[in-house]
Amino acid sequence: MTTESALELRGIHKQFGAVTAIERFDLDVAPGEIVALVGDNGAGKSTLVKIISGLYQPTDGEIRLSGEPVSFRDASDARAHGVEVVYQDLALVDQQPVYMNLFLGRELTKGPLRTLDRARMARETQDLVTELDVRIPSPHATLSDLSGGQRQGIAIARATHWARGLVLMDEPTAALGVAETAKVEETILRLKARGAAVLIVSHNLEQVFRVADRVTVLRRGTQVGTRRIDEVAKNDLVAMITGLAQ
Amino acid sequence: MTTALDRLGTRWRDYVVYLGFVLVFAYFALTQTEYFLTTTNLTNIVVQAAPITVMAVGTVFVLATGEIDLSIGSTVAVAALGSAMVLESTEAWWLAALAGLGIGVLIGAVNGFFITVVRLPSFLVTLATMGLLVGVARQMTDLKSVPVVDDTFVWLFGGGDLLGVSIMVWWTVVVVAVGWHVLRQRRFGAHVLAVGNDARAAGVSGVKVNRVRMGVFMISGAAAALAGVLYSGRLQGARYTLGESDMMSVLAAVIVGGTALAGGKAAMIGALVGSLLMAMINNGLILAGLNVSQQMIVRGVIILVAVSLSLRAKKTV
Repeated sequence: MTTESALELRGIHKQFGAVTAIERFDLDVAPGEIVALVGDNGAGKSTLVKIISGLYQPTDGEIRLSGEPVSFRDASDARAHGVEVVYQDLALVDQQPVYMNLFLGRELTKGPLRTLDRARMARETQDLVTELDVRIPSPHATLSDLSGGQRQGIAIARATHWARGLVLMDEPTAALGVAETAKVEETILRLKARGAAVLIVSHNLEQVFRVADRVTVLRRGTQVGTRRIDEVAKNDLVAMITGLAQ
Repeated sequence: MTTALDRLGTRWRDYVVYLGFVLVFAYFALTQTEYFLTTTNLTNIVVQAAPITVMAVGTVFVLATGEIDLSIGSTVAVAALGSAMVLESTEAWWLAALAGLGIGVLIGAVNGFFITVVRLPSFLVTLATMGLLVGVARQMTDLKSVPVVDDTFVWLFGGGDLLGVSIMVWWTVVVVAVGWHVLRQRRFGAHVLAVGNDARAAGVSGVKVNRVRMGVFMISGAAAALAGVLYSGRLQGARYTLGESDMMSVLAAVIVGGTALAGGKAAMIGALVGSLLMAMINNGLILAGLNVSQQMIVRGVIILVAVSLSLRAKKTV
């Protein structure tokens, strides 16, 4: 690959006491690339997500963002380094307007009194949802008035707005219906078109084949392999996940 | 998704306090002697309401965060006594006022410490400090009152007037305006609402949740202390009984005003109107010639009805 990787994981190892959660994990995600992380329950996907998002520290191994070695003290530290996470359960505040959610914790202010710049936050929100084609009535709409798909769209838009290194998605469509899932997948593809590096955890293999460029498989803490999505058949992927020969 | 009709219903309930205010006002204006409508009496209502209004501003922040501060009533007495004692020994009005406020902020910080660091529910922490502070207030002067004789102090925190308007009205306006500004125009206010709405989501999004919780309890303590200073300025003396029945009035004013007891929703102007409503009811009942026991009964019924109407709004789905 000629471009520098947005995310590089080298020999990531995680030990909880005597239990090995991740044996050894290597991965590169390039800008404008979507890599899917798949595996059965308990394979270590969540642990890996928590390591990349700063909630856990790896026992051994190296994380690089755009070539730069990093280590995160906590989730806000990871965020400060440009890693944004879209959580399964959204992490949005539903009684607040869309624009306040987009800027939550990073509100824009103006003037010497540093008062909230609501007009600018609403304007930037409008620009972003237009670009990502997330259809909402207005940036001023209260979040609880939106559908599940629209809300997940907002969560992804928020990650898009702030991510400089990587967008990490943990089961982004787990709670959504078919039509809403399709819409969110479109948003994810637009994110890729903007040049974002995306690592997506998904149980849904159809989805992996629809959106991902490559897929990497974890089984009981061991990385079984990484394949280009157009070079792997679904049956082979299932075999890698379950460990059962065809 | 809520329907338009649901939203209209919720909206309507958000403004219950204004409707209640207008109805009660009209009722007293029509049924009482002409004295009710005099400028003196109407000003008197705002002046009577001032300490409750000041505390209500602090309580809006606490409830909006999804917490509760039951210790405000006893903070009033401790801060008022502390301030009056400093005034008595130093004769410096500004030092006395600062001491009072400092005591309030300190009490808020202690509440905040047990809530954020020891991680106890605010209901239990402030229930405990409420009782503790009642004891402290009684102990401070052995139940004796402390006179406040400094002219500047009494003018500034009690009987003064500026441009022909009572200083209590000015305090009310300034405190409500500052409260509104912090709630609506500053990042802190946005974070308060976010934490009250969903503390986990706020934390994951980078809001310093415990710092916000600590902040609202310090604000609440400071507001209660200022109320205590205003009482001692107006009554020209501090006593351990100051503020002892205020906590219920403040909570009623704030909840009736449209702030959600469960957090995430706040109404600063609503709290002001709620507080004026409570004071107006008191005033009208006195003018109607009800005795203290009857006033308490009527006030209890009114609070129950008003709170039922306001709280039902949250359940609308």
